Amino acid sequence: MSLDKLKQIITDVMKEVDVVIGYKQGFDPLHATPCFITKPEQVDQVIWNPLCVQNLASYLTSLKKKVGVIVKGCDSRTIVQFMQEGLIDRSKVVVIGIPCTGVVSVRKVLEKVKHEPIEEVKFSDDGMVIVKTPSGETKMALSEVAPDKCETCQYPTPVLYDHLAGEPITSTKDPQSVFKDIEEFDKKSLEEKKAYWEKEFDRCIRCYACRNACPMCVCQDSCIAESREPHWVSQKSNLTEKMMFHMIHALHLAGRCVECGECERACPMGIPVNKLKRKINSDMKVLFGYEPGVKPEDKPPMFTFSVEEKNIEEHKL
Amino acid sequence: MSEVGPKELRIVGFLCNWCSYGGADTAGVSRFKQPTDLRIIRVPCSGRVDPLFVVKALLNGADGVLVSGCHPRDCHYSDGNFYARRRLEMLKRLLPFLGIDDKRFHYTWISASEGQRWQQTVTDFTKQIHKLGPLHSGKEAQQ
Repeated sequence: MSLDKLKQIITDVMKEVDVVIGYKQGFDPLHATPCFITKPEQVDQVIWNPLCVQNLASYLTSLKKKVGVIVKGCDSRTIVQFMQEGLIDRSKVVVIGIPCTGVVSVRKVLEKVKHEPIEEVKFSDDGMVIVKTPSGETKMALSEVAPDKCETCQYPTPVLYDHLAGEPITSTKDPQSVFKDIEEFDKKSLEEKKAYWEKEFDRCIRCYACRNACPMCVCQDSCIAESREPHWVSQKSNLTEKMMFHMIHALHLAGRCVECGECERACPMGIPVNKLKRKINSDMKVLFGYEPGVKPEDKPPMFTFSVEEKNIEEHKL
Repeated sequence: MSEVGPKELRIVGFLCNWCSYGGADTAGVSRFKQPTDLRIIRVPCSGRVDPLFVVKALLNGADGVLVSGCHPRDCHYSDGNFYARRRLEMLKRLLPFLGIDDKRFHYTWISASEGQRWQQTVTDFTKQIHKLGPLHSGKEAQQ
């Protein structure tokens, strides 16, 4: 995909929308940041490389204007899910899709270079990332530092777009192994699983970054994690309250999570928060044959019912 | 006195106003003997039961949670229990993933006339929870 082609598309789209959301260089060479383009001269700021990790579709529900938005394959599922739930007016959104060959996890790169200051980041054509720090150059494969979601990515090409910058690519990842890690984890004993989550959630500092980054968390100021009436979670800093908060997030995303991985990316403590939602998604697939954010005409399973549930059997005591 | 064991455990029951609460009442009026570990919370419909109610109860000291509503197709509000069925099934599959035994949570359908069935369900569920023992150690409960 060429950057010039992307810029050309943005310039064209600019004529019909108020703002285009894209990526620009962030505070250091390792970070990209979202940018809001309202004037033609700002188009030159736009960049595209594997550092463009953010899900820009997250902004759509809070913007009233006509918006053009750049999406990767995974981000495009967010837009489809918004459409299923009637959260956006599709006529006010112009989707610029980018076929994505994988992004990097900034956290994984920083771990590789031992958190040294970054001087330069380069990407070679054969899928290598070259990071320059004061102590020299480190070369790593893109697949080594990819976030977990890229390892099982089924939708490298956006599932929905108005303009596509580049040629569509098809996934080479096995669709059967998408939930392999979840199945593996579920085989562990109850004690092991309990101990795992207690260890993970104990680190939570309740900053709510996972919720704020989540594109599907659309309650905004009415989130029940912060309301006093009803008082679902207190200010106490104990494991029970932390667990409760994460359960609120997981259950409110039941059958809605598009697995963009923004919650895990935003978490400052490195808690695998997406795991709970992926477990629910794997059950949604088994019970209702449903996958969030794929077909705009689908209905999320928790929003509907069928009188005879094919895959739910009555439980006996 | 409890029939199943000397020490009572805490079981929370969410019963729909129209069927299961009536069923429990029928059992009471008919003087069927029941274990006393269950504390009933009456809700307008099983569709009112947010899966978070169950999670909150289990995380904050309950040893077991029972949800009961009208039989499918018999809902007073015509489709509340259909929604409940999907949500509760989702939750039942999620609990073991968190390390909570899914035997601690049960959902079922009991009509207002089924006093006998109510008695059976409460007795069996209470027995099941007693077999599993308390969910929380004393230390956690103090937090």
